[in-house]
Amino acid sequence: MGKITNNLVQIEEGIKFIPGASALVAPLNKLINWGRAGSIWPATFGLACCAIEMMVAGASTNDLDRFGIIFRASPRQADCLILAGTITKKMAPIVRRVYDQMPEPRYVIAMGSCACTGGLFDTYAVVQGADEFLPVDVYIPGCPPRPEALLEGIMKLQEKIMQEQGRWSQFA
Amino acid sequence: MEPIRIAARLQEKFPDSILGIIEHRGQVTTSVARTPIVEMIQFLKTEHQMNHLNCLCGVDNLHRTAHFVERFEVIYQLYSVEKRTLLRLKAQVPETDPTIDSICGLWTGANWLERETYDLFGIVFNNHPNLKRILTPDDWQGHPLRKDYALKGDQEWSGFEQLKEKAAQLKQFEF
Repeated sequence: MGKITNNLVQIEEGIKFIPGASALVAPLNKLINWGRAGSIWPATFGLACCAIEMMVAGASTNDLDRFGIIFRASPRQADCLILAGTITKKMAPIVRRVYDQMPEPRYVIAMGSCACTGGLFDTYAVVQGADEFLPVDVYIPGCPPRPEALLEGIMKLQEKIMQEQGRWSQFA
Repeated sequence: MEPIRIAARLQEKFPDSILGIIEHRGQVTTSVARTPIVEMIQFLKTEHQMNHLNCLCGVDNLHRTAHFVERFEVIYQLYSVEKRTLLRLKAQVPETDPTIDSICGLWTGANWLERETYDLFGIVFNNHPNLKRILTPDDWQGHPLRKDYALKGDQEWSGFEQLKEKAAQLKQFEF
Protein backbone atom coordinates (compact mmCIF):
# COMPACT_ATOMS: atom_id res chain seq x y z
CA MET A 1 0.00 0.00 0.00
CA GLY A 2 1.55 3.23 -1.12
CA LYS A 3 0.68 6.65 0.09
CA ILE A 4 -2.18 7.24 -2.29
CA THR A 5 -3.06 10.66 -0.94
CA ASN A 6 0.30 12.00 -1.85
CA ASN A 7 0.20 10.70 -5.41
CA LEU A 8 -3.06 12.31 -6.54
CA VAL A 9 -2.65 13.88 -9.95
CA GLN A 10 -4.78 16.92 -10.66
CA ILE A 11 -6.00 16.59 -14.23
CA GLU A 12 -8.41 19.54 -14.12
CA GLU A 13 -9.47 22.02 -11.49
CA GLY A 14 -11.09 19.99 -8.72
CA ILE A 15 -10.65 16.61 -10.46
CA LYS A 16 -7.87 14.32 -9.29
CA PHE A 17 -6.68 10.99 -10.65
CA ILE A 18 -5.49 8.12 -8.44
CA PRO A 19 -2.81 6.38 -10.50
CA GLY A 20 -2.65 2.97 -8.79
CA ALA A 21 -6.42 2.49 -8.54
CA SER A 22 -7.46 3.90 -11.95
CA ALA A 23 -9.95 6.09 -10.10
CA LEU A 24 -11.01 9.73 -10.11
CA VAL A 25 -11.77 11.93 -7.14
CA ALA A 26 -14.03 14.85 -7.87
CA PRO A 27 -17.11 16.67 -6.56
CA LEU A 28 -20.35 14.94 -7.57
CA ASN A 29 -21.65 18.19 -9.08
CA LYS A 30 -18.77 18.27 -11.46
CA LEU A 31 -19.03 14.65 -12.56
CA ILE A 32 -22.77 14.75 -13.08
CA ASN A 33 -22.65 18.05 -14.93
CA TRP A 34 -19.84 16.74 -17.11
CA GLY A 35 -21.90 13.68 -17.98
CA ARG A 36 -25.00 15.71 -18.72
CA ALA A 37 -23.24 18.34 -20.79
CA GLY A 38 -21.67 15.63 -22.92
CA SER A 39 -24.88 13.76 -23.63
CA ILE A 40 -27.64 16.23 -24.47
CA TRP A 41 -30.35 14.18 -26.16
CA PRO A 42 -32.95 16.42 -27.80
CA ALA A 43 -36.40 15.23 -28.80
CA THR A 44 -36.91 15.05 -32.56
CA PHE A 45 -39.52 17.76 -32.69
CA GLY A 46 -39.77 20.37 -35.42
CA LEU A 47 -42.46 23.03 -35.59
CA ALA A 48 -41.71 24.99 -38.77
CA CYS A 49 -38.91 26.05 -41.11
CA CYS A 50 -36.29 26.21 -38.33
CA ALA A 51 -36.54 22.43 -38.17
CA ILE A 52 -34.83 22.32 -41.56
CA GLU A 53 -31.82 24.13 -40.11
CA MET A 54 -31.93 21.81 -37.10
CA MET A 55 -31.74 18.82 -39.47
CA VAL A 56 -28.78 20.42 -41.26
CA ALA A 57 -27.08 20.88 -37.92
CA GLY A 58 -27.57 17.18 -37.24
CA ALA A 59 -26.29 16.09 -40.65
CA SER A 60 -22.70 15.28 -41.54
CA THR A 61 -21.38 18.81 -42.31
CA ASN A 62 -21.98 20.14 -38.82
CA ASP A 63 -22.46 16.78 -37.10
CA LEU A 64 -24.09 17.28 -33.72
CA ASP A 65 -23.09 13.71 -32.80
CA ARG A 66 -19.60 14.86 -31.94
CA PHE A 67 -21.06 16.76 -28.96
CA GLY A 68 -22.84 13.62 -27.82
CA ILE A 69 -26.11 15.01 -29.16
CA ILE A 70 -28.36 12.26 -30.44
CA PHE A 71 -31.91 13.06 -31.50
CA ARG A 72 -34.40 10.79 -29.77
CA ALA A 73 -37.78 9.99 -31.27
CA SER A 74 -39.50 9.88 -27.88
CA PRO A 75 -39.66 12.71 -25.34
CA ARG A 76 -39.34 10.09 -22.57
CA GLN A 77 -35.78 9.39 -23.71
CA ALA A 78 -34.91 13.04 -24.26
CA ASP A 79 -33.63 15.71 -21.90
CA CYS A 80 -33.64 18.73 -24.22
CA LEU A 81 -36.48 20.24 -26.21
CA ILE A 82 -35.42 22.34 -29.20
CA LEU A 83 -38.36 24.55 -30.16
CA ALA A 84 -37.56 24.86 -33.84
CA GLY A 85 -40.16 27.12 -35.40
CA THR A 86 -43.35 29.09 -34.97
CA ILE A 87 -45.50 28.00 -32.03
CA THR A 88 -49.16 28.56 -32.83
CA LYS A 89 -51.65 28.74 -30.00
CA LYS A 90 -53.29 25.58 -31.27
CA MET A 91 -49.93 23.77 -31.13
CA ALA A 92 -48.87 25.19 -27.74
CA PRO A 93 -50.74 22.61 -25.57
CA ILE A 94 -49.09 19.80 -27.55
CA VAL A 95 -45.65 21.37 -27.13
CA ARG A 96 -46.30 21.60 -23.41
CA ARG A 97 -47.38 17.96 -23.33
CA VAL A 98 -44.13 16.90 -25.02
CA TYR A 99 -42.21 18.88 -22.42
CA ASP A 100 -44.23 17.39 -19.55
CA GLN A 101 -43.37 13.86 -20.72
CA MET A 102 -39.63 14.49 -20.56
CA PRO A 103 -37.79 13.25 -17.43
CA GLU A 104 -35.77 15.65 -15.28
CA PRO A 105 -33.28 17.17 -15.77
CA ARG A 106 -34.69 18.80 -18.88
CA TYR A 107 -33.74 21.85 -20.85
CA VAL A 108 -35.46 24.00 -23.45
CA ILE A 109 -33.80 25.81 -26.35
CA ALA A 110 -35.93 28.38 -28.18
CA MET A 111 -34.58 28.34 -31.73
CA GLY A 112 -35.39 31.23 -34.06
CA SER A 113 -37.23 34.52 -33.73
CA CYS A 114 -40.66 32.91 -33.63
CA ALA A 115 -39.94 30.63 -30.69
CA CYS A 116 -38.14 33.48 -28.85
CA THR A 117 -40.66 36.30 -29.33
CA GLY A 118 -43.27 35.35 -31.90
CA GLY A 119 -41.12 36.95 -34.60
CA LEU A 120 -42.96 38.71 -37.38
CA PHE A 121 -46.18 36.86 -36.57
CA ASP A 122 -47.60 39.37 -34.09
CA THR A 123 -51.10 37.95 -34.67
CA TYR A 124 -54.03 36.24 -33.03
CA ALA A 125 -52.77 32.74 -33.77
CA VAL A 126 -49.12 32.76 -32.66
CA VAL A 127 -47.63 32.50 -29.17
CA GLN A 128 -45.51 35.58 -28.48
CA GLY A 129 -42.50 33.70 -27.18
CA ALA A 130 -42.22 30.16 -25.85
CA ASP A 131 -41.44 31.49 -22.35
CA GLU A 132 -45.14 32.24 -21.92
CA PHE A 133 -45.66 28.60 -21.03
CA LEU A 134 -42.22 26.93 -20.88
CA PRO A 135 -39.01 27.63 -18.89
CA VAL A 136 -36.59 28.46 -21.70
CA ASP A 137 -32.85 28.04 -21.01
CA VAL A 138 -31.26 29.35 -24.21
CA TYR A 139 -32.62 31.74 -26.83
CA ILE A 140 -31.19 31.60 -30.34
CA PRO A 141 -32.24 34.55 -32.52
CA GLY A 142 -32.32 34.39 -36.32
CA CYS A 143 -34.82 33.71 -39.04
CA PRO A 144 -33.84 30.95 -39.26
CA PRO A 145 -30.58 30.74 -37.28
CA ARG A 146 -27.71 29.15 -39.18
CA PRO A 147 -26.63 25.69 -37.99
CA GLU A 148 -23.57 27.37 -36.49
CA ALA A 149 -25.87 29.53 -34.37
CA LEU A 150 -27.65 26.40 -33.14
CA LEU A 151 -24.25 24.89 -32.28
CA GLU A 152 -23.39 28.06 -30.36
CA GLY A 153 -26.70 27.83 -28.51
CA ILE A 154 -26.05 24.23 -27.57
CA MET A 155 -22.58 25.10 -26.33
CA LYS A 156 -24.14 27.90 -24.24
CA LEU A 157 -26.47 25.26 -22.79
CA GLN A 158 -23.45 23.08 -22.01
CA GLU A 159 -21.83 26.00 -20.19
CA LYS A 160 -25.05 26.49 -18.24
CA ILE A 161 -25.20 22.81 -17.31
CA MET A 162 -21.58 22.88 -16.13
CA GLN A 163 -22.41 25.64 -13.66
CA GLU A 164 -25.31 23.84 -12.01
CA GLN A 165 -25.12 22.98 -8.32
CA GLY A 166 -26.87 19.95 -6.82
CA ARG A 167 -29.44 19.47 -9.52
CA TRP A 168 -29.93 15.74 -9.08
CA SER A 169 -33.01 15.68 -6.92
CA GLN A 170 -36.06 17.73 -6.20
CA PHE A 171 -34.96 17.71 -2.54
CA ALA A 172 -31.26 18.46 -2.93
CA MET B 1 -65.59 26.07 -76.08
CA GLU B 2 -64.22 29.34 -74.80
CA PRO B 3 -64.98 30.30 -71.21
CA ILE B 4 -66.93 33.39 -72.28
CA ARG B 5 -69.28 31.22 -74.34
CA ILE B 6 -69.70 28.76 -71.49
CA ALA B 7 -70.68 31.71 -69.30
CA ALA B 8 -73.18 32.78 -71.98
CA ARG B 9 -74.70 29.27 -72.00
CA LEU B 10 -74.96 29.43 -68.22
CA GLN B 11 -76.81 32.72 -68.54
CA GLU B 12 -79.22 31.21 -71.06
CA LYS B 13 -79.95 28.35 -68.68
CA PHE B 14 -80.20 30.44 -65.47
CA PRO B 15 -81.12 33.98 -66.66
CA ASP B 16 -82.31 35.19 -63.25
CA SER B 17 -79.23 34.08 -61.33
CA ILE B 18 -76.45 35.63 -63.41
CA LEU B 19 -75.59 39.12 -62.15
CA GLY B 20 -72.75 39.91 -64.52
CA ILE B 21 -70.02 38.47 -66.72
CA ILE B 22 -66.58 40.07 -66.77
CA GLU B 23 -63.65 39.12 -68.97
CA HIS B 24 -60.26 40.43 -67.94
CA ARG B 25 -56.95 39.32 -69.43
CA GLY B 26 -58.49 36.16 -70.82
CA GLN B 27 -60.08 35.15 -67.52
CA VAL B 28 -63.84 35.03 -67.26
CA THR B 29 -65.55 35.80 -63.99
CA THR B 30 -69.27 35.27 -63.59
CA SER B 31 -71.02 36.96 -60.71
CA VAL B 32 -73.99 34.86 -59.65
CA ALA B 33 -76.70 34.79 -57.02
CA ARG B 34 -76.34 32.17 -54.32
CA THR B 35 -79.37 30.22 -55.56
CA PRO B 36 -79.39 27.80 -57.24
CA ILE B 37 -75.62 27.46 -56.91
CA VAL B 38 -75.61 23.66 -56.83
CA GLU B 39 -77.68 23.40 -60.01
CA MET B 40 -75.50 25.93 -61.81
CA ILE B 41 -72.28 24.15 -60.94
CA GLN B 42 -73.82 20.79 -61.74
CA PHE B 43 -74.82 22.17 -65.15
CA LEU B 44 -71.23 23.30 -65.78
CA LYS B 45 -69.86 20.00 -64.54
CA THR B 46 -72.08 17.72 -66.60
CA GLU B 47 -72.79 19.79 -69.76
CA HIS B 48 -69.44 21.54 -70.13
CA GLN B 49 -67.00 19.06 -68.59
CA MET B 50 -65.93 21.48 -65.84
CA ASN B 51 -64.87 18.39 -63.92
CA HIS B 52 -62.19 19.86 -61.66
CA LEU B 53 -62.89 22.10 -58.68
CA ASN B 54 -59.70 24.11 -58.72
CA CYS B 55 -60.37 26.28 -55.71
CA LEU B 56 -63.16 27.29 -53.35
CA CYS B 57 -62.66 30.26 -51.09
CA GLY B 58 -64.33 33.28 -49.53
CA VAL B 59 -63.98 37.04 -49.86
CA ASP B 60 -64.93 39.78 -47.42
CA ASN B 61 -65.83 43.05 -49.21
CA LEU B 62 -66.17 45.12 -46.03
CA HIS B 63 -63.69 47.87 -46.97
CA ARG B 64 -64.22 47.67 -50.69
CA THR B 65 -65.58 50.84 -52.33
CA ALA B 66 -66.49 49.74 -55.87
CA HIS B 67 -67.57 46.74 -57.93
CA PHE B 68 -69.25 44.63 -55.34
CA VAL B 69 -72.78 43.56 -54.50
CA GLU B 70 -72.87 41.84 -51.14
CA ARG B 71 -70.43 41.77 -48.24
CA PHE B 72 -69.31 38.17 -48.71
CA GLU B 73 -68.54 36.20 -51.81
CA VAL B 74 -67.81 32.52 -52.26
CA ILE B 75 -65.53 31.95 -55.24
CA TYR B 76 -65.54 28.72 -57.22
CA GLN B 77 -62.74 28.16 -59.72
CA LEU B 78 -63.88 25.48 -62.13
CA TYR B 79 -61.50 23.89 -64.59
CA SER B 80 -62.02 21.50 -67.43
CA VAL B 81 -59.14 19.08 -67.67
CA GLU B 82 -60.14 17.94 -71.18
CA LYS B 83 -60.82 21.38 -72.65
CA ARG B 84 -58.30 23.33 -70.58
CA THR B 85 -60.73 26.11 -69.79
CA LEU B 86 -61.13 27.94 -66.53
CA LEU B 87 -64.30 29.62 -65.32
CA ARG B 88 -64.70 31.57 -62.10
CA LEU B 89 -68.03 31.90 -60.30
CA LYS B 90 -68.51 34.52 -57.62
CA ALA B 91 -71.58 33.74 -55.53
CA GLN B 92 -72.93 36.70 -53.57
CA VAL B 93 -73.62 36.04 -49.87
CA PRO B 94 -75.30 38.79 -47.80
CA GLU B 95 -74.02 39.81 -44.39
CA THR B 96 -77.41 39.41 -42.71
CA ASP B 97 -77.75 35.76 -43.71
CA PRO B 98 -74.30 34.34 -44.57
CA THR B 99 -75.40 30.95 -45.86
CA ILE B 100 -75.02 29.12 -49.15
CA ASP B 101 -75.68 25.56 -50.30
CA SER B 102 -72.85 23.06 -50.07
CA ILE B 103 -71.45 21.45 -53.22
CA CYS B 104 -70.05 18.44 -51.35
CA GLY B 105 -72.47 16.29 -53.33
CA LEU B 106 -70.64 17.21 -56.55
CA TRP B 107 -67.05 17.03 -55.31
CA THR B 108 -66.14 15.24 -52.09
CA GLY B 109 -63.02 17.38 -52.02
CA ALA B 110 -65.14 20.47 -51.45
CA ASN B 111 -65.68 19.25 -47.89
CA TRP B 112 -62.52 20.69 -46.35
CA LEU B 113 -62.54 23.79 -48.59
CA GLU B 114 -66.00 24.67 -47.35
CA ARG B 115 -64.98 23.95 -43.77
CA GLU B 116 -62.04 26.34 -44.20
CA THR B 117 -64.31 29.04 -45.65
CA TYR B 118 -66.71 28.53 -42.75
CA ASP B 119 -63.89 28.64 -40.21
CA LEU B 120 -62.23 31.82 -41.48
CA PHE B 121 -65.21 33.78 -42.85
CA GLY B 122 -68.20 32.40 -40.96
CA ILE B 123 -70.11 31.51 -44.12
CA VAL B 124 -72.43 28.60 -43.32
CA PHE B 125 -72.76 25.88 -45.95
CA ASN B 126 -76.18 24.25 -45.91
CA ASN B 127 -76.32 20.43 -46.15
CA HIS B 128 -72.61 20.11 -45.41
CA PRO B 129 -71.90 16.66 -43.89
CA ASN B 130 -69.42 17.85 -41.25
CA LEU B 131 -69.40 21.62 -40.91
CA LYS B 132 -66.98 22.38 -38.08
CA ARG B 133 -63.79 24.39 -37.76
CA ILE B 134 -60.74 23.00 -39.52
CA LEU B 135 -57.80 25.38 -38.87
CA THR B 136 -58.56 27.13 -35.61
CA PRO B 137 -59.38 25.13 -32.46
CA ASP B 138 -62.97 23.94 -32.05
CA ASP B 139 -63.76 26.44 -29.26
CA TRP B 140 -62.29 29.46 -31.08
CA GLN B 141 -64.35 32.66 -31.01
CA GLY B 142 -64.82 34.68 -34.19
CA HIS B 143 -63.75 34.21 -37.80
CA PRO B 144 -60.19 35.50 -38.32
CA LEU B 145 -60.21 36.42 -42.02
CA ARG B 146 -63.16 38.77 -41.68
CA LYS B 147 -61.98 42.33 -42.18
CA ASP B 148 -63.49 43.46 -38.87
CA TYR B 149 -61.52 40.83 -36.93
CA ALA B 150 -58.60 42.53 -35.16
CA LEU B 151 -55.14 41.33 -36.19
CA LYS B 152 -54.30 40.30 -32.63
CA GLY B 153 -57.80 39.01 -31.96
CA ASP B 154 -60.54 40.38 -29.77
CA GLN B 155 -59.89 38.05 -26.85
CA GLU B 156 -57.40 35.39 -25.83
CA TRP B 157 -58.29 31.82 -26.74
CA SER B 158 -59.52 30.04 -23.61
CA GLY B 159 -57.31 27.00 -24.30
CA PHE B 160 -54.19 29.16 -24.19
CA GLU B 161 -55.28 30.79 -20.93
CA GLN B 162 -55.72 27.31 -19.44
CA LEU B 163 -52.27 26.33 -20.71
CA LYS B 164 -50.65 29.33 -19.02
CA GLU B 165 -52.43 28.48 -15.75
CA LYS B 166 -51.25 24.88 -16.01
CA ALA B 167 -47.68 26.01 -16.70
CA ALA B 168 -47.77 28.20 -13.59
CA GLN B 169 -49.08 25.30 -11.49
CA LEU B 170 -46.45 22.83 -12.73
CA LYS B 171 -43.60 25.27 -12.09
CA GLN B 172 -43.35 24.17 -8.44
CA PHE B 173 -42.40 20.64 -9.50
CA GLU B 174 -39.33 21.73 -11.48
CA PHE B 175 -35.95 20.71 -10.08
